[in-house]
Amino acid sequence: MSVEAREARQPWILLSPALSAVALLLFVPLLFIVVYSFWLRTSTGADQVGFYLDNWQEALTDAFYRDILLNTLKIAGITTLVCAVMGYPSAYFIARSRGNKAMLLLLLMLPFWISYIIRTMSWINILGVSGALNSLLLSIGLIGEPIQMLYNEVTVILGLVHFLLPFMVLNIFVSLDGIDTTLEDAATSLGATRWQAFLQVTLPLSLPGLAAGGLLCFVLGAGTYITPLVLGGPTDAMFANLVFEAIITQLNWPLGSALSLMLLAVLAVLVGIYNRYLGMAQLMKGLG
Amino acid sequence: MSSVHLKNIVKRFGSFTAVHPTDLEIPEGHFVTLLGPSGCGKTTNLRMIAGLLDPTEGEILIGGRRVNEVPIHKRNLGIVFQNYALFPHKTVAQNVAFGLHYRDVPKSEIPGKVAAALELVQLPDVGERYPKALSGGQQQRIALARAIVTEPDVLLLDEPLSALDANLREDMRVELKRIQDKIGVTTVFVTHDQSEALAMSDKIVVMSAGRVEQMGTPEEVYNTPASEFVANFLGASNILDATCRDVSGGTAQLEAPLFGAFGVPAAKAGGVSPGPARMVLRAEKLLIQPPGTTAEGQVQAEARIETVDYQGQTVRYFLRVGDTQLQAINMIDERPFEEGAAVTAGFRPQDCAALPVEAPR
Repeated sequence: MSVEAREARQPWILLSPALSAVALLLFVPLLFIVVYSFWLRTSTGADQVGFYLDNWQEALTDAFYRDILLNTLKIAGITTLVCAVMGYPSAYFIARSRGNKAMLLLLLMLPFWISYIIRTMSWINILGVSGALNSLLLSIGLIGEPIQMLYNEVTVILGLVHFLLPFMVLNIFVSLDGIDTTLEDAATSLGATRWQAFLQVTLPLSLPGLAAGGLLCFVLGAGTYITPLVLGGPTDAMFANLVFEAIITQLNWPLGSALSLMLLAVLAVLVGIYNRYLGMAQLMKGLG
Repeated sequence: MSSVHLKNIVKRFGSFTAVHPTDLEIPEGHFVTLLGPSGCGKTTNLRMIAGLLDPTEGEILIGGRRVNEVPIHKRNLGIVFQNYALFPHKTVAQNVAFGLHYRDVPKSEIPGKVAAALELVQLPDVGERYPKALSGGQQQRIALARAIVTEPDVLLLDEPLSALDANLREDMRVELKRIQDKIGVTTVFVTHDQSEALAMSDKIVVMSAGRVEQMGTPEEVYNTPASEFVANFLGASNILDATCRDVSGGTAQLEAPLFGAFGVPAAKAGGVSPGPARMVLRAEKLLIQPPGTTAEGQVQAEARIETVDYQGQTVRYFLRVGDTQLQAINMIDERPFEEGAAVTAGFRPQDCAALPVEAPR
């Protein structure tokens, strides 16, 4: 074998474990889902193998699914916005701090050491009827009886922000950390105030990180089903809950498959738009 | 245009003193270089003038006005940073125009001013490009154009040439000086490169460990160093123990173990009084000649060449005279002496300088 052929083969050999894993654990199951979505669930509860468009017709035309999809995108959008507004100052603070940067980043990663489900459920102990906040308000006499604070859209967004904020901060941090601080010095030396220098130089240069963080928060937020399950009320279901409901509760795999592919398609379009204008490299930078 | 005055300035970082009490006056329109090794406080001084650092003690006056409390964006300065600090997301023209937007310049005049500045740095056609499309030397010129287009009172240059290749650096040196001459702006230049300092400055301030060692014209600091540090930092020098016998009639009589007695002009022996002294002899003033050469007016000693460092135009010899090693940098006449050769080393007494013996620091 020639040297060129061997060198050309080497990356594939090195990548083969990872590629096999992706193929077996992602693409093959996804293919099953696509196939399932064209089957039909009969009234007897058995799946009829074939090529039926009934599930797709139901998923795409029923206003119920459309409303929940729009609501899901709305909640993911608000969550992303809140994360951006809260995350930017924190990321700026970490990027500009001297010396203890590593410590601050470690603190940022700390929540990941606790299961996301546990973290979500912790809000029940804080906001629940017999939770910490109600107990405090009762004990200082501000309220006469406990208030129901949980199980609404606000607590769903709260839970999602709690979950997603570190991703946003990390992405913005990576962007800010790569910006030469003398650029701001240069801007102020030319007559801009600190704030103007930030708006003219630092903010535009950090936009790729903000966009990457935003995309990540939006996609993860739109795909969640645990947070609305734990912290939402009966009317706060998000799209992934419908998939859960169809597949786990009703055992209707064909419909659940069609619904999950629908959500996947919407999010893929968003990722595509992002990739078109900013490129995936920035996102990878933020994740790594 | 304005003068700059650092009045009894001190800068401490915690318990570390970066700048010991310093008084420095930079006259209007002058090109003054702060020269010294890294960590000598030269950049700290520059950053205090810029307003990027606050002095711990003392006053900073620009044009006679105290500016300690004036923030950087109101000091009307032009700064060229070591890494250029061009805004990567703005075009060259937008970079140059940046400062004009914060001054009372009518919008309609901005393109004309930008074009004139680009013309001045001899890059009239790159306005629409982004900085990363330019070479290092071109980015340097754009950084300079951006700093001077606002007609600053003071131009501050923080090692602006150190990131360039050797050849380009020499070109930019000439270019920078030409532009400074043309616009006549008061300029403070920070560098650790002695040849840049000597070539460009009206005055050089040699700094070491947070203190000013000497301030003077390039010729003064080169020919009449005020301390051993200055003698060593600018060029290569031989510094030897000597004894001063007498100072009178404009001449200081020195006696050195290897070379015997000779007279040094008193102007080059400031602060020397009878007793122990140090003689300073520039490497290029020590002439290496065939053994036995006698030359009128030369102080001579027999020597042996230990190392020959051939540099094309010149040659650098390390030679041994008695138990002392000396260095000499000579023009090459025909061919250099060979290692191990016996030679006569000599110098003219008026080329020698003398310093008092320094207390150890």
